[in-house]
Amino acid sequence: MTASRAAKSVLALSQQEELVDLPEDCPLNVSEDEEDSDGERKHQKLLETISSLDGKNRHKVAERSEASLKVSEFNVSAEGSGEKLVLADLLEPVKTSSSLSLATVKKQLNRVKSKKTVELPLHKEEIERARTPLEQEVFNLLHKNKQPVTDPLLTPMEKASLKAMSLEEAKMRRAELQRARALQSYYEARARREKKIKSKRYHKIVKKEKAKRALKAFEQLRKVNPAAALEELKKIEKARMMERMSLKHQNSGKWAKSKAIMAKYDLEARQAMQEQLAKNKELTQKLQVASESEEEERGAEETEELLVPDVVNEVQMNPDGPNPWMLRSCTRDIKEAEAHEDPEELPDPVAHEVSESEGDERPVAEEEILLKEVEERRSLRRRSELSQDAEPVGSQETKDSSSQEVLSELRALSQKFKKNHQSRKPKASSVSTGHQVQREEPALEEEEPLLLQRSKRVQTVEELEELEKEECSQNQEFLRPGLKGQQLERNPNNLPNAPKEKKKKEQMIDLQNLLSTKSPSVKSLAVPTTLEEMDDEEERDQKQMIKEAFAGDDVIRDFLKEKRESMEASKPKDVDLTLPGWGEWGGMGLKPSTKKRRRFLIKAPEGPPRKDKNLPNVIINEKRNIHAAAHQVQVLPYPFTHHSQFERTIQTPIGSTWNTQRAFQKLTTPKVVTKPGHIIKPIKPEDVGYRSSSRSDLSVMQRNPKRLSASHKKQLKKNSVD
Amino acid sequence: MSRPRRTNFRPKNTHILKKSRISKKLQVPKKPRERKNPESQRSLSGAQDPFPGPAPVPVDVVQKFCRIDKSKKLPRCRSKTRNRLKVAETEEEETSVTAARSELLLAEEPGFLEGEDGEDTAKILQADIVEAVDIASAAKHFDLNLRQFGPYRVNYSRTGRHLAFGGRRGHVAALDWVTKKLMCEINVMEAVRDIRFLHSEALLAVAQNRWLYIYDNQGIELHCIRRCDRVTRLEFLPFHFLLATASETGFLTYLDVSVGKIVAALNARAGRLDVMTQNPYNAVIHLGHSNGTVSLWSPAVKEPLVKILCHRGGVRAVAVDSTGTYMATSGLDHQLKIFDLRGTYQPLRARTLPQGAGHLAFSQRGLLAAGMGDVVNIWAGHGKASLPSLEQPYLTHRLSGPVHGLQFCPFEDVLGLGHSGGITSMLVPGSAEPNFDGLESNPYRSRKQRQEWEVKALLEKVPAELICLDPRALAEVDVISLEQKKKERIERLGYDPEAKTPFQPKPKQKGRSSTASLVKRKRKVMDKEHRDKVRQSLEQQQQQQEQQQQQQHKQEKAKPMRARPSALDRFVR
Repeated sequence: MTASRAAKSVLALSQQEELVDLPEDCPLNVSEDEEDSDGERKHQKLLETISSLDGKNRHKVAERSEASLKVSEFNVSAEGSGEKLVLADLLEPVKTSSSLSLATVKKQLNRVKSKKTVELPLHKEEIERARTPLEQEVFNLLHKNKQPVTDPLLTPMEKASLKAMSLEEAKMRRAELQRARALQSYYEARARREKKIKSKRYHKIVKKEKAKRALKAFEQLRKVNPAAALEELKKIEKARMMERMSLKHQNSGKWAKSKAIMAKYDLEARQAMQEQLAKNKELTQKLQVASESEEEERGAEETEELLVPDVVNEVQMNPDGPNPWMLRSCTRDIKEAEAHEDPEELPDPVAHEVSESEGDERPVAEEEILLKEVEERRSLRRRSELSQDAEPVGSQETKDSSSQEVLSELRALSQKFKKNHQSRKPKASSVSTGHQVQREEPALEEEEPLLLQRSKRVQTVEELEELEKEECSQNQEFLRPGLKGQQLERNPNNLPNAPKEKKKKEQMIDLQNLLSTKSPSVKSLAVPTTLEEMDDEEERDQKQMIKEAFAGDDVIRDFLKEKRESMEASKPKDVDLTLPGWGEWGGMGLKPSTKKRRRFLIKAPEGPPRKDKNLPNVIINEKRNIHAAAHQVQVLPYPFTHHSQFERTIQTPIGSTWNTQRAFQKLTTPKVVTKPGHIIKPIKPEDVGYRSSSRSDLSVMQRNPKRLSASHKKQLKKNSVD
Repeated sequence: MSRPRRTNFRPKNTHILKKSRISKKLQVPKKPRERKNPESQRSLSGAQDPFPGPAPVPVDVVQKFCRIDKSKKLPRCRSKTRNRLKVAETEEEETSVTAARSELLLAEEPGFLEGEDGEDTAKILQADIVEAVDIASAAKHFDLNLRQFGPYRVNYSRTGRHLAFGGRRGHVAALDWVTKKLMCEINVMEAVRDIRFLHSEALLAVAQNRWLYIYDNQGIELHCIRRCDRVTRLEFLPFHFLLATASETGFLTYLDVSVGKIVAALNARAGRLDVMTQNPYNAVIHLGHSNGTVSLWSPAVKEPLVKILCHRGGVRAVAVDSTGTYMATSGLDHQLKIFDLRGTYQPLRARTLPQGAGHLAFSQRGLLAAGMGDVVNIWAGHGKASLPSLEQPYLTHRLSGPVHGLQFCPFEDVLGLGHSGGITSMLVPGSAEPNFDGLESNPYRSRKQRQEWEVKALLEKVPAELICLDPRALAEVDVISLEQKKKERIERLGYDPEAKTPFQPKPKQKGRSSTASLVKRKRKVMDKEHRDKVRQSLEQQQQQQEQQQQQQHKQEKAKPMRARPSALDRFVR
């Protein structure tokens, strides 16, 4: 936050610098037309003259303030004459004028002679004659400084200096001056050009770059020269203040007004407006400087509320472990219980700390703020995790905190925190067990080795265990199994999802019942050691309540939602082939008629029923496992006509893993066994079945005497008889 | 104080024999061969064999090994097909009978613990058991006092001979726990989340704070697997050579240990994963989530195969029994439930525990152990792999610290417990399989034997993509692609080669082949077919009606008896 604010203020500063720069530029602008032949500038001038031709705003009498380099007959300038030079004037022959003139000139001369010449307003003598005391004074001054009074060219001093300079030096100096002037004009031209660019994005980028550069420079400055940096920082602060004072970014500008009109219809405009407002807010945010009076006020509040902000602060200071106070505020139960208290309390300590650090020492403050920010964020994250995992803890604590006792407990807790920072376990126990006898931690647990890196989850579970040990022991004590079961059963009915249940009735198994089955608690002989402590009657009630709160229905709701989604996803989609506007009117807001839609809607065939249709607590993925399918048989071998027949023949495994050695050997014997070294004759047509002579049977017999068909045997007999 | 009646532990003699793994379907037993010729059996002395022929085999044992599902009705088949089917059936019968005969070689019986009449076995202390059993078995109960390096995770090797344990504060050790010979002991100087043996005791995977490391039995670091980071739980699938890792980042990663490649990295999309177990029957990984669901994963599918809503609070522990039939879960709502995994995924047993179970484990014979704080409860069913009844614990034991990891030792009646006070090896009579398969996992194997086994196991490695919910489905025909191919073939040929040809009456002589008679004969056949169809459909209808009636009957029975039907009943929908 603060870092971004700093960046903003730096940005503002840079903007202001621009503003400051501008007036400085202005005088330079006036002495703009110079002898340097800047083509662009000439072009500019031309454009200006063209624009002035229309006569509306005929302005500017360009004055030559300096002697031109080239004065030539070809370079006629009409400047300064006030009236335009017409070409005809130039082309007029001299002769005509001369012929005419002789008489006229004479006339004029006569007129001049006859008339008394008009005296110049300030005649030499008259000037020198100072009449009023003021004039005398002025003259005195001028004389003293040897300023030229009549001929305003060079002062004697200048003359002397000119004389003192050699010619080369003077030339060099002049060249230098010229160069400087040229550079300046270049710069101006460039600035003007850039200023004319309309792209907002470009300007944004430029601005950002500038800010970045400024920030970097500031960083460097801080390293090199802290004092200067401090000054810079003050400047930044001032810029921010200026921004605060100004009416910038306040929806009052021309642009903003136009946007405000458009905002009603245009989303972009609305966004732009909002952005601007947000920016304004950011820029004009007042830094909270905790004045003493404020603090006092706050202290008063605290005492009024009887809450323990000391504890808060201390816990905040505690380096490891999230603030239990903050943690509690995160749970949703707190909203009901203490909604009016915590929101006020929460942000304060942080802001307070920040302001403090700012007040103390500026240069170091930045870093500290950053560090604090990081820490804060981390703690926030941790807190959220904790609140997710250990909801029951939170709820437990809130319930407790409703009673006044807990406050005192908390106080005790805070003191305990001071004593031993590292162990978080005692916290849980002390909070929950209240005025129980505190179990002594084993000495080994006290000294925490460096290697121990407990994951948060485990810890929460442990805490949870410890919290609920007692609860269950009570259950065991006070509730008979049947009674408890009833309670559990009643529990879901009370909860506000009765309509859903009704809907669920169609399904065979009720999810609610399924999750809250009657499960009698175990009467185990060995109860975990921590169970031995017994609690009061009222606390038992409290814990029952906690249990009810904990048995949230959102788990079920989420699951059902997920299941519905997966069902939707796996359903085959219908194909809609309607062409809007085909055979009827079409356009915006017109829909094709239902009849037509029905006609062109190709309904997807209803797939086979889902396997989890009657199992409300299960989502079975209906997708086919392609990788496994690649290994399955895809073609039926010959004698089989149905896959179930073939499957039956391959259901018995033949590997040695599943069979005895003998069975395995028998299952895997080849059909034909030949002894090694036996000559295998090439196949003959008789072997395949062509019966040409009786000898073929003999060959068959030799190959495999066991596998003889009856007909073969008959033939064999015949042969032997023959 | 009573003593256990009998605590039977498996002695050390080793029978090496083959034992079948899967046993479900039924079959007819083989009858003892009839005496053919009494005279031929008579010996020289004239004495007669009082038990002629091979010894009879008990029916139920044979049925255990029969795998052909005969409940399915087959469509009518040709004689050739019938012959093939018959051959398959006889083969199955023979093999199952031989397997049943070899059951004789499984000489060892599981141990048990029985209280005197009405006495609770849960009250029997470990000290009593140790006193009652022989010295060798008594030596199997021991405690390792390791208070310094935090709660321990334990893992037994597949043979049950070696024990590896890793303390959360970096202590990693492996030992031959029977002889108490230490293999290695190191401190990895980093938090250890989980530890697991790979296929043999020579390799050890350790999930450390940042990466996954693999050490050998000397404690030398072999690999640091950076692609598996922030691992919380490890599982090793022995037949697939896959190391499944669940990470804090929510990824389930399968690492093929034999080739060192990552087979699949699946995003569970459910936050931090720290509850994982494997189903030993089908190598499916079960993950427990904080929203009370358990999801089942296979590396071949990117989404969970099944999602089961088990608890109202988050799931704290999951365990699956060795036959893959039951899954035990415990949640933050203090419930312990046992689910049926055979397609229905419904809870069979449920129980509220005083403090919920943080760790669960099934033994080879189906005993269920639950670690609740510093107490361990063990429940037993009746007989092997039966559903443990959660009524009364079979055994209980109190430890010096809260339990952090537990596993039953294979082939030994021992439960290994890792807790914050060290390691405890606890005697649980009847927990383990008494007979082992010497070729598969032999606790007494030598180094050479191990090497040989390793090569064989690698040759028989099952590809990762074959992991699916029902492994027997692989022995079925892929019907979808079969149909597809059939369709394509018909399209290609332009006609259906397997279509039934319409009846064509044979030509007959003596004027009986007139057109009228031909038509008549045709009609006759058609009518017959039609009648058959009608009859079939009628039968189906009847069956359906019967089923409905039965259901109604059941529902009526289930309903409480009303005193008298009210007149307003007609408005009840």
